[in-house]
Amino acid sequence: MTDKSLPLDYMQYPERHYGMDHSFYPWSMLHQRKNIVWPQGKKLALWLNISVQFFPMDQKGKPFKVPGGMTMPYPDLRHYSLRDYGNRVGIFRLLQAVDHYGIKPTFSVNSRLAEQAPLLLHKLAQRGDEILCHGWDMDSIHWGNSAQAEANNEAALIEKSLSVLREFTGQPVTGWLSPAQNQSENTALYLANNGIQYCGDWVNDDLPYAFNPQHLGPHGKPLLNIPLSTELDDQFILQNNLHSETSYLQQVCDACDLLLAEAEHYGGRMLALNIHPWLLGQPHRIAYFEQLLAYLSSKPEIWLASGSEIYSAFSGQSE
Amino acid sequence: MKANPQFYDYWPYDERRPKIQWPNGAKMAFWLAPNIEFYELNPPANPYRAAWPQPYPAIQGYGIRDYGNRVGHIRQMQLLDKYGIRGSISLSTALCEHHPEIIQMCKERNWEFFSHGIYNTRYTYGMTEQREREMIRDSMLTIYQHTGQHCAGYLAPALSHSEQTLDLFAEVGTELFGKESGLWQGKETGGIYTCDLFHDDQPTPIHTRSGKRFVSIPYSLEMNDTIAYVVNKVEPRRYGEMLKQNFDRLYQEGSTSGTVMCIPTHNYQVSCPHRLKAFEEALDYITSHPDVWVTTGREIADYYLQHYYGAAVHNIAEQHAAIGVKA
Repeated sequence: MTDKSLPLDYMQYPERHYGMDHSFYPWSMLHQRKNIVWPQGKKLALWLNISVQFFPMDQKGKPFKVPGGMTMPYPDLRHYSLRDYGNRVGIFRLLQAVDHYGIKPTFSVNSRLAEQAPLLLHKLAQRGDEILCHGWDMDSIHWGNSAQAEANNEAALIEKSLSVLREFTGQPVTGWLSPAQNQSENTALYLANNGIQYCGDWVNDDLPYAFNPQHLGPHGKPLLNIPLSTELDDQFILQNNLHSETSYLQQVCDACDLLLAEAEHYGGRMLALNIHPWLLGQPHRIAYFEQLLAYLSSKPEIWLASGSEIYSAFSGQSE
Repeated sequence: MKANPQFYDYWPYDERRPKIQWPNGAKMAFWLAPNIEFYELNPPANPYRAAWPQPYPAIQGYGIRDYGNRVGHIRQMQLLDKYGIRGSISLSTALCEHHPEIIQMCKERNWEFFSHGIYNTRYTYGMTEQREREMIRDSMLTIYQHTGQHCAGYLAPALSHSEQTLDLFAEVGTELFGKESGLWQGKETGGIYTCDLFHDDQPTPIHTRSGKRFVSIPYSLEMNDTIAYVVNKVEPRRYGEMLKQNFDRLYQEGSTSGTVMCIPTHNYQVSCPHRLKAFEEALDYITSHPDVWVTTGREIADYYLQHYYGAAVHNIAEQHAAIGVKA
């Protein structure tokens, strides 16, 4: 018989006090903060990130199956090859579109692509756009409490992911996006220790914010979180919610309008979009992406920014 | 376990019900219930229901809910100010301690606070009656201490219930604010309505073991933004249309007998930048109609208890007696 009795501490509330119930970052309301001013007085920072991913077919799925990963018994050729389609075909449609509209993307890259698709990574590195580390691969989830993170040797996983990507691309790689945007209790600390200046994993804000000072990096500043919206992520809208492409387009445009209007009174805002070559790079979807870029590039108040540029512009003002 | 919770009697929605007229001849009572919640990052495990799908720390689910408090709250509040709507807050009462700034803003606007438990990550499942009573009492006292309000309504945390939930809430309300409490205001002000039942578009009398006069106020699961967006995966513009269609029919039927429309919201859903516009269009539409009583949960419950509760109980008994059965 399973024990269905409640744990003894179920009626105790040790974290019931002012502020957050953890020590990652302090409590603060967006509208009560100092107004942020973006370069050239622009109202809205647009950070367009393309996630370039490797989904291993021998997925361990620990501690959970990554969304978008393998779902069928091994060998799951359908999902392996459809994700690979994004890296072979879809990405080039996306690149053509962003170049056409002059919108500069960033790429969050699974470091394992240095071995799996060096031709692709080489091409991306040559473009000169900022590359963020997206962990080792989509099946290498960062998870668990501090003890679990140590048992999983997560520190070494982060070190390896960063050194491989830095060496291959020649870029300093100061931005991070965890696979599935999942973190362990220690991830933020490890990232700061490894020279990461910002991550996009926590989706609790519409502007960057600093982690608590224990997350101090060698550069002497605490890790910054620059929320990369999951609500507006193409995978969330199209694959999780099964909304139409028309609705995807409308949702992002509505978000853009609202944030621009809010910026009139409250200072600079940020629209952070994460997209996937294996989704929007499909022939039946690419036109919607192009329409989206046409809309965004028609707004003169938008500042096209990489994660690092947002980091720099924000860090200068928030102190 | 029971096949039927037996909180209320079957009562057909037809012309035999006493006709409801809301104040100033309004056809519809419209109320808006922002859920202002606190989810814990690392709550103790409940064996019946996991708080998060991932192991601690589940930063994605936690993060977007935190977004509701950091970013979303003020957005929705500005919208409600614009359309002259006072919120009836379904409150995770620990928020009084965690984020008193939000409580202060709601107090300044004379919004109603009602109990949604202490945390939305502490489920009722598995609690003894004594523990559940303690939890409910703590939540109502917290509201009183931080806002001075006598908590009138209840929505169980994360909609997790026991068979006794409504009885306990009604009893604790009387214990804290009833005749013997020292805080009596000439009528029952604490523990008078529940939002936990979705069986009707009008208020209905609820049986309690103490026999207290207690009502269910329509709260609507269907119009709840989290149900629409997360469970039913509705597109934002479609949600706006659903709200208008819900209003249209209830408004039309309100000419026959007054109806209640409720929009339950969450700042981490409806206040996201891609969803607020659709919501605003619906609010604009609803509040542009005459004969809509824009009110709060407590005011609906009070009005109903004063004017229609007795007639409803009588009518239910009479209809059953007419066919020779007991209600």
